[in-house]
This record gives sequence, structure tokens and C-alpha cells, in this order.
Amino acid sequence: MTDLTQEQVRERIERRLAGRHRVEKTFRGLGIASIAFGILAVVILFSDIIAKGSGAFVQSAVQLEVHYDPAVLGIEQVDEESLTWANFTGVIREALRERFPEVSGRSEKRELYSLVSTGAPFKLRNRLQADPELLGRSETVWVAADDDVDTFVKSLSDSGGGFRGRTSDRMIRWIDQLLASGELKKRFNSNFFTNGDSREPEQAGIRAALVGSLLTLLVTLALSFPIGVAAAIYLEEYAPRNRWTDLIEVNINNLAAVPSIVFGLLGLAIFINFFELPRSAPLVGGLVLTLMTLPTIIISSRAALKSVPPSIREAAMGMGASRMQVVFHHVLPLAMPGMLTGTIIGMAQALGETAPLLMIGMVAFIVDVPGGVTDPATVLPVQIFLWADSPERAFVERTSAAIMVLLSFLIVMNTSAVWLRKKLERRW
Amino acid sequence: MQTPTLFALLLLLVLVAYGTGFTRAVTAARGSGGLRNLASLPGYYGLHTALWCGLPALLLLVAWIAFDDAIICAMVINSLADKPETISAQNLLWTQIQNVAAGNLFGEPEPQIAAAAEHLAALRDNSRLLKAGLTLILATGLGAFTLLRFSPQLRAREKVEKVLRWVLLACACAAIFTTIGILLSVLFESLRFFQAVPVSEFLFGLHWSPQMALRADQVGSSGAFGAVPLFTGTMMVTAIAMFVAVPVGLMSAIYLAEYAGRRVRAFAKPVLEILAGVPTVVYGFFAALTVAPFIRDAAAAVGLEASSESALAAGLVMGVMIIPFVSSLSDDVINAVPQSLRDGALGLGSTHSETVRKVVIPAALPGIVGGVLLAVSRAIGETMIVVMAAGLAANLTANPLDSVTTVTVQIVTLLVGDQEFDSPKTLAAFALGLMLFLTTLVLNFIALHVVKKYREQYD
Amino acid sequence: MNTMTLDAAGQTAPAQPESVEKATVDTDTRVTETVGQPFCDDAKLRMRGINVFYGETQAINDVSLDIGRNEVVAMIGPSGCGKSTFLRCINRMNDTIEGCRVEGDLTLDDEPIYGPRVDVVPLRARVGMVFQKPNPFPKSIYENVAYGPKIHGIASRRAELDEIVENSLRRAGLWNEVKDRLDQPGTGLSGGQQQRLCIARAIAVSPEVILMDEPCSALDPIATARIEELIDELRENYTIAIVTHSMQQAARVSQRTAYFHLGHLVEVNDTETVFTNPQHELTEAYITGRFG
Repeated sequence: MTDLTQEQVRERIERRLAGRHRVEKTFRGLGIASIAFGILAVVILFSDIIAKGSGAFVQSAVQLEVHYDPAVLGIEQVDEESLTWANFTGVIREALRERFPEVSGRSEKRELYSLVSTGAPFKLRNRLQADPELLGRSETVWVAADDDVDTFVKSLSDSGGGFRGRTSDRMIRWIDQLLASGELKKRFNSNFFTNGDSREPEQAGIRAALVGSLLTLLVTLALSFPIGVAAAIYLEEYAPRNRWTDLIEVNINNLAAVPSIVFGLLGLAIFINFFELPRSAPLVGGLVLTLMTLPTIIISSRAALKSVPPSIREAAMGMGASRMQVVFHHVLPLAMPGMLTGTIIGMAQALGETAPLLMIGMVAFIVDVPGGVTDPATVLPVQIFLWADSPERAFVERTSAAIMVLLSFLIVMNTSAVWLRKKLERRW
Repeated sequence: MQTPTLFALLLLLVLVAYGTGFTRAVTAARGSGGLRNLASLPGYYGLHTALWCGLPALLLLVAWIAFDDAIICAMVINSLADKPETISAQNLLWTQIQNVAAGNLFGEPEPQIAAAAEHLAALRDNSRLLKAGLTLILATGLGAFTLLRFSPQLRAREKVEKVLRWVLLACACAAIFTTIGILLSVLFESLRFFQAVPVSEFLFGLHWSPQMALRADQVGSSGAFGAVPLFTGTMMVTAIAMFVAVPVGLMSAIYLAEYAGRRVRAFAKPVLEILAGVPTVVYGFFAALTVAPFIRDAAAAVGLEASSESALAAGLVMGVMIIPFVSSLSDDVINAVPQSLRDGALGLGSTHSETVRKVVIPAALPGIVGGVLLAVSRAIGETMIVVMAAGLAANLTANPLDSVTTVTVQIVTLLVGDQEFDSPKTLAAFALGLMLFLTTLVLNFIALHVVKKYREQYD
Repeated sequence: MNTMTLDAAGQTAPAQPESVEKATVDTDTRVTETVGQPFCDDAKLRMRGINVFYGETQAINDVSLDIGRNEVVAMIGPSGCGKSTFLRCINRMNDTIEGCRVEGDLTLDDEPIYGPRVDVVPLRARVGMVFQKPNPFPKSIYENVAYGPKIHGIASRRAELDEIVENSLRRAGLWNEVKDRLDQPGTGLSGGQQQRLCIARAIAVSPEVILMDEPCSALDPIATARIEELIDELRENYTIAIVTHSMQQAARVSQRTAYFHLGHLVEVNDTETVFTNPQHELTEAYITGRFG
């Protein structure tokens, strides 16, 4: 340097060193903070859901001594017809009045009756149907408590004496009595896994939604896997390099980034309005999700095919195998683990998808478990959306519980994808 | 005959065809002295027969299922003596007829409708019979024909492969059909919408209240379809999301790619990926029930008033959702920057962060920009979080504590529930869908192009 | 025939067996002591008992060497012999490789290079480096050269920075070729020009030592000749250590030559002595082309 000696340069460098190291530390700190933020978000999200939802797996139940009195039921013998209009509500009410004989007056009685779920009569009906001998006899049964009671009981352990809601002082007194005598208990909530949707939180379950999800996914899998793999094979092994192929490629990449709700619009306009397929059906849901997951499957299948070294193809070709034989006998089996991984990830995406299914009417209130792909159905994420919209406080914990079920399915799917990749994928 | 039974029957026929073709070839070979005298392996003769038996019949069956309702509907409506003029009235009538035919009677139907319902039932019976008959005849006919034309010289393998190649091509074109399908479905309905509401009003109008427009006299004149509040709402939520996702995602990617040791990376990367795997409806629930009340309370604590459904809550949660998206895309592009550039900078005495900030990031910038554009496109199209947490009120506001509505929210609200298919209200959803599709298409196109160019630069 | 390759995990590639098989000499001859003159009186860099490990693998085995002021020392040897690893020890570039460990004493002007309190930032400003493949930053030619002075805050004014850039480019013999297009990207230059740009970038921070890791291996003969000329000119102001796999290059540019073999320093001597009268049989075998 003409005017700067090495010593001058050294000195100037030294002067700024401390500051530069401070910046370095800050920058590094920002990086750590970002990672921590992400991890914290995961922790908060999961712990929030678990804290809100774990209560839904138990359900307050009331022990009642019920008497299947033919007079109250208004039936003589047990058969299909009599069961449908027998007055099981009366039986429940009688049992409640017997337990609390001091209750009188209409409003007081109404409060008493509201302790148990409006779904309780159905339970008695099922019991009587299963065992007609019970007619005219008594037995002790546990029936689900009303959701307000349930919410109150569950919140008792919180500080501040529990969430009152619509629970009156009188009801609280009864609840305390029942709790003290062990006639009101939190028991495993089997309704949640065996019932369909219901307006009554204590009766609502995820079975219908689960079956709906399963059917929808089956349709999606049955269509998207073969089509996706076939498309990948064509593009990777056959397609000539021309503008048509480029167009297909650009299309696939673009579709992978198109918002899912747009696929819903497509489903509504084409499948439902044009082809007049049934609304709310897993068939249409599966079709829409197929179109949505196809790009994912095609892209990962192509990557799997690409990772098979050309030497395998050349070896098979050299033996006189046809193009098709090379692909189906040699390349495809080697690429299969990668393709399956991509497919599982695509299915996990489809399982969690909500928006496009809203468009094709899968938001209907569905109580019955769908029996086939053309029955009206809902799916788990949509069920979550519906419950999240419900005003009853008891639905909050059911929503969270449904989320926990959904997330555990997704975790299983994604871990199995990772496992599959680690276990089966060959490194060349 | 039920459709599933028909499918099963067809499958059975295909299996039989395969078996017969196979046996035929084996027998022929035995008669003439071994498999050597066949042009292809016996399996290919089986496949050849099976393809001819199954494929045309399957196509016919699918086409029939797809179109029979539409055709029957047209036939029934056209057979009516005084068919209604408008499509909506026709649709209404069609629903009535279907209901009557299905036995859902609400009172005594009009004689005309009852007659039409009977006509419908008859047509449906015919259709079902024809469908089953034609499919099975086609399958057996073509299968038998192929068997008859069997000869040991037939190059069955080549024929099978030719057909399969076409099948593969058809599958590859599924993406194109999907794009065309999307375009057609949103374009046609949008055009109908723009006949009722001028484009300029839709794009520049400041007032959005589609519910009002149900009254015919207000359509187009009251300015109820001005989508500007939707666009601004979408932009605000997207901006908030990006404000969270871009710095956090980028810094995470930088830390993971440049600083973290192998152990930290092996732990932190999958944990961040979890965020990408959580369904959006879960984020929506989290935003609506946890984040939004928290923001409202926090705002109240500092003396601000926040709506219980705020753009901020939706945007923040959406940002968290997009973090792994930004970070994994940035991670890829940062890792693609050649190590020699880092060595060059470090060799000159750069600190680690100077190397990253002044050499690695500028070199990776195109790729990062591409990734951010993809993230923006995802934020714009995200639906469930905003549906559950951003609100429905079309406020034209710049306050993130207010509730806003977005394009996707409006599409959902307009289309969920019962719809008449030609009210501007429903059609507006498709116009919004068109805007959404075009916007994200352009963003994706630019982003993918930029990323591709970037990849090529360092390959 | 490249320098020792390092994969992502920081493992050294083992010495290429096929290159050794051709040898008619016993290349496994145990090297216990370096022959020749590894030390000098006016040493800029002193290295004593250097061992380098990548995880479990030892890449450098007990190497001691001095590099004198304003002298060019060439390091030669077969692929994977550790010469690049050794070079990267001097400005602690090995720090960036996970699992790499350096033992022994290294001093620059009698100050330790590996010490708990040593800051690598000013160290690397004093010991510059030029890499095997030209690696200009994807910035303009001007920004490439100005990068070092800027981050270190060497220039206090824009004019000073301009001057540093011009002087560095002049010394690297590139000024006349690029003075009219300083704002164009450095990556647009030819390979030889890029490498000279990298040399200009290195000398812009006024280093005392310049390390060159096979600087000409990616260049054509004409560009190589130009760089060799440049190295000779730079010797006036800088101490230079150059790794090369070309014996002709070593002979042309260096005053002393060090021969490395499988992580050992076999022989150090005046360049002329090494090439005309090698004292160790391995050196002789290598320079006569019996393996390598």
C-alpha cells in the first residue's frame, strides 16, 4: 500500500474487532432465538391442545337405580315397534325423583331432570333391546351426565370453585351430594369413540367422522397412487424432451402450490354441478383430494425413479428386456420405497385437509356412520371445524380431543414414512 | 344392477379373459413345440386379451356414470310441456322431481311433476339396465374377438406395451386436465358473475356485502360486490404472517445450515417440520381459542381495544405455520451455495456472521426470494386459519387489531350451506376464486422460475 | 490428482492406493525424521511437532517446518499426502471442519496461532489464502476486492478504498484488464483472471503471509504462467507458502521445497537441491515420476 503500512492496517483492524464480535454474538443469538421460537410454538401448540382436550376422554356419569316399569314405559312386551316409542325418558325421570324425593315444583323438577344427558334414554333402550328380560325389573346403570354438569364437575379441580355456566345453586347441591356418595363419577368416555356427531356434547363422538375420513382416504389412495406412479413413470422413463413435457412439468409444479380451496371450487363446479355426483360424499371428497395430492405423489415418485442409477436400466436393456420390462421388473421395485414414502406424506396431507371439503358439502351435520363412498359423510378435520364453531363450552374439549386423535394419526403416518425411508431406501 | 356389483363383474370378466388368453397361448405353444414358437410370453397374451376386454368397457362405464344424470335431467326437463325459462327455475324443478321420485313427498305433488317423476324413474331404470348390458356386452365381445384373432405370431407384448404407454401418458396429463378443469370451472362462473356485476366495480369497489345482493334490485347498483376490503384484508393477514415467518424461518435456516452442530440439527429440524405437518384446521382452532383471546386481553391491558377475531391473531398463527416452509426452502438454497465462497470469505478474516450476511445470503438471495414468494402464495391461499380466526366483517381498515375478512373466507362463507347456482352471491365466490387462482399462479410461476434459475447457476 | 479431498463429514479420503501400487519403491518406508533443512534463522512462521486429526484419522504426523520472511516455500507430494491440510492449519481454516483437531506449536512472528486467546479474524487478515478453484464472490470486481478492507474497516474514506482496490488489482496484474469494468461481476472473468482477482482480494487487506492451495490447478498453461510470474513479484512484500502438484511449478516459483508423503514431511531443502539431488529415496522416487 502506498500510504498504509501493515502496522497501520493491523491497528485499524484491531480497533473494530470488539464491535464485530459483538455483532457476531447477536447474530448467533438471533439464530438460536428463532429456533427456540419455532420449538416453543410446537410445545405451546401441543400442550395447549392436550391441556384442553385430555378431559374429553372421561365423562361424568350418574348412577341411577332404574325400574323398567311397563306402566311408565307404556309397553307390554319388547319388540322393534314398542321400543321406538316407549317412554324411557319417563323411566329416567322417575329414577331421578326417587333419588331426590324432596324435589317438588315444576321448575325444580326441570332442573333435576337436566342433570342427566338427553341421550340417556337411548342407553336404556339399547339395554332393554339387548335383554328383554329386564322389562318389569330394576337395575343400576351409569348414564352420562349433562354437558353443563360435566363441565362443572371437571372444572371443580380448578381453583375458584369451578365453572358455573347454567348450573344453578340447587343443582350444585345435588351434584355435591351425588359426588359425595360416589353416584357421580368421571368414567371413560366411550361415547366419544362409538358415536357420530350430536348436538349434545356428551353424546357427540368422532366415529362417523373417522369412518368418513377413512373412506375418503381410501378413494384418494386408490386413485392417486396408481395415477401418480404412472405419471411419474411416463415423465421419467418415456417422455421425450419437448414442449409438451415441459408444459406437463410446469403444470405439476404449479399445481403443487395452488391453494387447496381452489381444488374445492373445482370439485363443486365439475364433480357436483356438472357430473351431478352426490354432495357430501366421500367419493367426491376423495376425487378432490386426489387432484390435490397428485402433484406431491408425482414429484416424490419422480425423485425416487431418478435415484435409481442408470446402470440398472442399462444392464436390463443389455439382456434384451423391453423398455416396459426394464421399468416394471427392475426400476419400479427399486423406486417403490421412495414412492410409498411420498404417497404416505400425500395421504397425511389429505387427511388433514379441510377447506376443499367444505366446498363440496362435507360440512353437513352427519350423525350416522357412512356405509359407503356415496353416503353423506364428514371427515375428522371438518368435524373439528364444526365443533370449534359450536357455542357449548363442552365442545371445546371435544374439539381438542378430536384434534389429538387427528394428530396422532398424522404422527403415525409421518413417522412410518420416515421409518420406511430409513429402512428401505437404498443408497447408491 | 348396482354399480359396485357391475365393477366386480367387470373385474371378474377381465380375470377370466386373462386366464383364457394365457391358456390359449400355452396350448398353442404346446401344440407347436414349446414357448419358443410364440412371439411373446403367454402372460402377454393374457394381458392383451384382458386389456381389450376391460379397458373399453371401463371407459364406457365411467363415462356413463359421469354423464347419465345430466342427460336424464335434460331429457326429463325437455319432455315437460311448459318448461321454465331460467336455469335456476329448472334446477328448482329438477330438485322437486328428484324428491318426488325418491319418495320424499311433502304433500301432494302437482300432476305435471308427478308425471315427470314417473318419467324419471322409468328413464333411470332403463339407464341402469342399458349401462350394465352395454358394459358387459362390450367386455365379453371384445374379449372374445381378441381371443378369436389369437395367433402365435401375434406380437402381444408390443401391443400391450403400446396400450400401457398411452395409459401412462394419460395419467401424466392428469395435471393438465386438472389445471384446465380449475380454469374452466372458475372462469365460466366468473364470466356469469361479471355479466351481473361490472369487473371494475368488483376490482375497485370499496363496499362488500354479498348478503344484501340477494334482493334483485340491488345487484350491481348498491356496490355490494366491491372486493377491495377483501383484498386489503388478505394483504394485511399475509403481511403479518410474513412478518413472523420470514425473519424467523430465515434465521432458523441460517442457524441450522451454518452454525448448528450435527446433533442440534438432527433435533431441531424435525421439530420445526412438525409445524408444517399440523393441519390448518388445528391452527385455526388454536388461533381462535388461544391466541385471539390472549391478544384481546393483552391489548386491553395496554388500553387498546382488540376485536375478538383479529387480523393479528390469524396472521401470527399463519406466520408460525409458514415458518418451516420458509426455513426448509431457505435451508435448501443456503446449502446450495458452494463451500468455496464461504472459504473465500473466512480466509479473508470475515467473522462467521459477516460471511453469512455479506456473501452467503447475497449469493442465495434469488432462491430465498423465490421461497418467500411461494410462502406468500401459500399465505394468500390459506383458508382455515382465517375462516376460524379472522372474522367475516369486510372492514376496510389498517388496524391489525380489527377483524378483517379475506378472499378465502368469503369463498367459504358464500359457498357453504345451501346455494342457488346462479345468484350473484354464489357466483361471486367463483370470481374470488379466479382472482385467487390467478394471483397464486403468477406468484408460483415467478417463484418456481427464479428458484430453477438459481439452482442451475450452482449446478 | 487433486489435493486431499474432504467430504462433508470431515473425513479424509485415504491415500489413493492405485497411485502407490505403481511404485517400484517401498512407499511404506517409515519416515521417522525429516531430512534436509526444515528450519531457518529468520522465520516468519515456525511450526513444531504438528499433528492433525480428522476424528480418529491422523492426517498430519509430527511435522516441523519453518517458513522464512519473503520466501516462497513449495509443498509437493502425492494426492492425499496432507499438504493442503497442513497449509490450512496455518490460518486455522481447519477450524471450520467439524471434528478436525490440530496439535503442536505454530507461531507467526513468535506469537502463537493456536492459543486460547487468539482471535482468528485478525489472524486470517494477516495470513491470507488463495484457493484451488477461483472463488470470486458473486459481486462486482470492485466489491470483490473491497470486501476485505470493508469488513475490517481498513479504509476510512471512499477515496482510500478506491486506492486500495486499485493498488491491489495492480499488484495482482489485473488492473489494466479490468479498470474499465470494475462494476461488472467478478464471476464473468476468465479463469485466470478470476484467480488473479482472488489474489488481489487477498492482498487488499495487506497480509503478511499468503497461502496458496494449488492456485493454478484449474487454469490453462498461459494463465498459469501469468500467476507464476505474479507469485515471483509478490515475494518482495509477502511470505508465500504454495501447495502444488506440479513439480515444474515448484521448481519455477519457490526457494525451498518440502516433500510430503502420507502425512509425513519427508524432506525439505533448497528447491534446486530437492530437484537435482534429493536425499531421501521417497523424494527421489516421486520427482523421477515413479509414483505420484
